[in-house]
Amino acid sequence: MAATIRIQSDPFDTATETAALSGGRADIGAVVAFTGLCRDEGGRLAALELEHYPGMAEAEIGRIAAQAQERWPLMGLTIIHRFGKIRPAEEIVLVLTASAHRQAAFEAAEFLMDYLKTHAPFWKREHLKDGTIGAWVEAKDADDRATERWSSSPAWRRLRTG
Amino acid sequence: MKLVYFAWVRERVGRTDEQVELPDGIETVADLVRWLKGRGEEYDYAFENEGIVRAAIDHVHVKPEARIAGAREIAFFPPMTGG
Repeated sequence: MAATIRIQSDPFDTATETAALSGGRADIGAVVAFTGLCRDEGGRLAALELEHYPGMAEAEIGRIAAQAQERWPLMGLTIIHRFGKIRPAEEIVLVLTASAHRQAAFEAAEFLMDYLKTHAPFWKREHLKDGTIGAWVEAKDADDRATERWSSSPAWRRLRTG
Repeated sequence: MKLVYFAWVRERVGRTDEQVELPDGIETVADLVRWLKGRGEEYDYAFENEGIVRAAIDHVHVKPEARIAGAREIAFFPPMTGG
């Protein structure tokens, strides 16, 4: 199964991408869609600016997608990540996972987002409502911890299966 | 060898990329960082907190102990904040 991976400045449409992934296929039983949006942080932000590393962004997301495909029986996978200036309420990232049953699609989507946040070479900077350029967004320890749980697979499995 | 910089590392160094000729004895990413820090205060500032700045060799994440022989492009950048 070939994953669809796109790095683009243009907006995307989740419904169009979902139809392209699952349209006409009778073997898919579950599609999970995660969309990451730009928050205004309590009215402070005019936009987020996303810088990326062209070439490595595609390569790294490809490696993350391949890991997800090894771990879960996915029947379709789409990852779109935007760069450039993105305004509040606009979408930043889309992950679509398709599988026969829901658990694989849910888990793979969560795994993909945890890895995208900590491994895909993108950096966010704030543009403030008063017209000034704000700070670079700092990486969160919580994102690293969320990613680490996937490497301790047995514990994670025990947690999930109770 | 080409070096590329991103986000606040790029701003602190004051350039997006550069070609460098490395002296003998620079074998790992950590060696390269030490050599860069000796080149001027802008590099010293960019790499002031050991362990914060990440590196990639030819588009693959690497650790400081990674060997750089044969690398075409080495990138330095802050922890990632995409998604």
